[in-house]
Amino acid sequence: MLTVIFFLSSGLFLGWSLGANNAANFFGTAVATRMIKFKTAAIICSIFLILGAVASGAGTAETLGKLGAINTFAGAFVVASAAAITSFFMTKIGLPISTSQAIVGGIIGWNFYSHTSTDLSVLYKIAGTWVFSPILTAIIAFLLFYLTKKIVESSKVHILHIDYYTRIGLLIVGAFGSYSLGANNIGNVMGIFVKLSPFKEISVAGIFHLSSAQQLFFIGGIAIAIGVFTYSKKVMMTIGSGIFKLSPVTALVVVLATSITLFLFASQGLYDFLASHHLPTFPLVPVSSSQAVVGAVMGISFAKGGRNMNFKKLGQISLAWIATPIASAIISYIFLFFMQNVFMQSVFK
Amino acid sequence: MTNLFNTKTKQLEGEIDGYLDRVTTAGLIFLEGVRAYVGGKNDKFERNYKEISVLETDADNVRRDIKHKLYTYMLIPESRGDVLGLLETLDDIVDICEKVLEQFSIETPVIPDFLKSDFIELAELSCKSVEEVVKGARAFFRDIAMVSDFVNRVHFYEHEADNVEEHLKRGIFNSDEIEDFSQKVHMRYFAEKIVAVSDVAESVAERLAVYAIKRRI
Repeated sequence: MLTVIFFLSSGLFLGWSLGANNAANFFGTAVATRMIKFKTAAIICSIFLILGAVASGAGTAETLGKLGAINTFAGAFVVASAAAITSFFMTKIGLPISTSQAIVGGIIGWNFYSHTSTDLSVLYKIAGTWVFSPILTAIIAFLLFYLTKKIVESSKVHILHIDYYTRIGLLIVGAFGSYSLGANNIGNVMGIFVKLSPFKEISVAGIFHLSSAQQLFFIGGIAIAIGVFTYSKKVMMTIGSGIFKLSPVTALVVVLATSITLFLFASQGLYDFLASHHLPTFPLVPVSSSQAVVGAVMGISFAKGGRNMNFKKLGQISLAWIATPIASAIISYIFLFFMQNVFMQSVFK
Repeated sequence: MTNLFNTKTKQLEGEIDGYLDRVTTAGLIFLEGVRAYVGGKNDKFERNYKEISVLETDADNVRRDIKHKLYTYMLIPESRGDVLGLLETLDDIVDICEKVLEQFSIETPVIPDFLKSDFIELAELSCKSVEEVVKGARAFFRDIAMVSDFVNRVHFYEHEADNVEEHLKRGIFNSDEIEDFSQKVHMRYFAEKIVAVSDVAESVAERLAVYAIKRRI
């Protein structure tokens, strides 16, 4: 059991870093402008993150599983470590990257090392989703912004009411965003451990079932929550005030558009519903909330007639799509070599 | 919770509206006071002066109450400062209206007949700029897109007031009717005091324009 916990630690660290960096995308504005207390935000964020991870995390985890079925704990440990290190350094140099891109690179590194062929159709699906998600967020934000502006301007609501609704809205949308983040990104943190999970299914009075993967997601969710509580305030203070320059109502639109995107790419229920009605489905792929935020801000800038368009940021995102998986794959490959040959741990079967 | 909030907000909304009403009233009393003084109706003028003194104290109290409520449970923090700043600068309008009438009451300037209509026109333009800035402030709370419209009107009336002021001053100093130089200076002083009301209204309008940009969606 101790070995299992040790090998899980890299995934948990990845979870911690995810919580520390991503909670700001949903509660940054509210906390940085003192509309919501950090403690309230952290509690709501953590509860909904864990809920999302446990209730709806399986879809994206399965997609990652299809990309590379890592079959030893040591291998999974190395892949998660490579992703964590890549995320850390990419964030350090200021690239808006995501753990999604880092973990995919790590898995591909493992595929190379273990001479497992990478399913290119899955890889294309994932990469296509990365490109599509900020664009989709931009479109959603554009429409939401337009709608909100029309409603606020035509209803002539008193400024006091607008602010009250904004405050409540940021809380509700923040909770929804946290749920979506948990559902969409838990796969990055725990997905590679799912097939190795040592847990047995828990069933309480035949009503409440918790599968082995869900227990893993629960632990991962707690790691993310710890990240939220211990480190996200600092990130919120830096990022939140940046987004806030757009005005509180616009910030609400950004958070909502981002949350919707993450939800679309994580909800198994929606996927099944669309599929059963023969409608095009959204692939269940972990995407980047930070890149979605940039997409949303772009969408709003476009709605305002192209003001504040930050093309440098777009360039950085495109670079991150390519540089992150490559860097992570290389680190993963090197670490796997060391794990196998120096620490004598089998990294694949 | 929502009902409680709604009651409190409605109450605060009412207080803000009431405060803005007081600023408009101050402008109107100021105009009536100047008209009464220039028209030689001293009793009416003194009544107007008393009215505006009471109004000024009352407006201060209402503003303090609003300030307290804004900081206790309303508004997003970024906007609180702006709303308070707006209310405080609006208070300057009430203050200056009262001060000008007070000076008329203390100094009792003698206004020659040929200058009376210019003095009244000046007071009318100042009062108009106060009315428009208050409309702008109301728009800031409910219909932000309209703020710039009212701000433009304030600029217009302030500019008109400046023109009348210049005309009035030239009339004063070119006149042979006023023999004492000291009286000429005294007339100029009161012209400047009356026009100062529109200047204050304009500075409020400028602040309002900035606050509105900050709040635009």
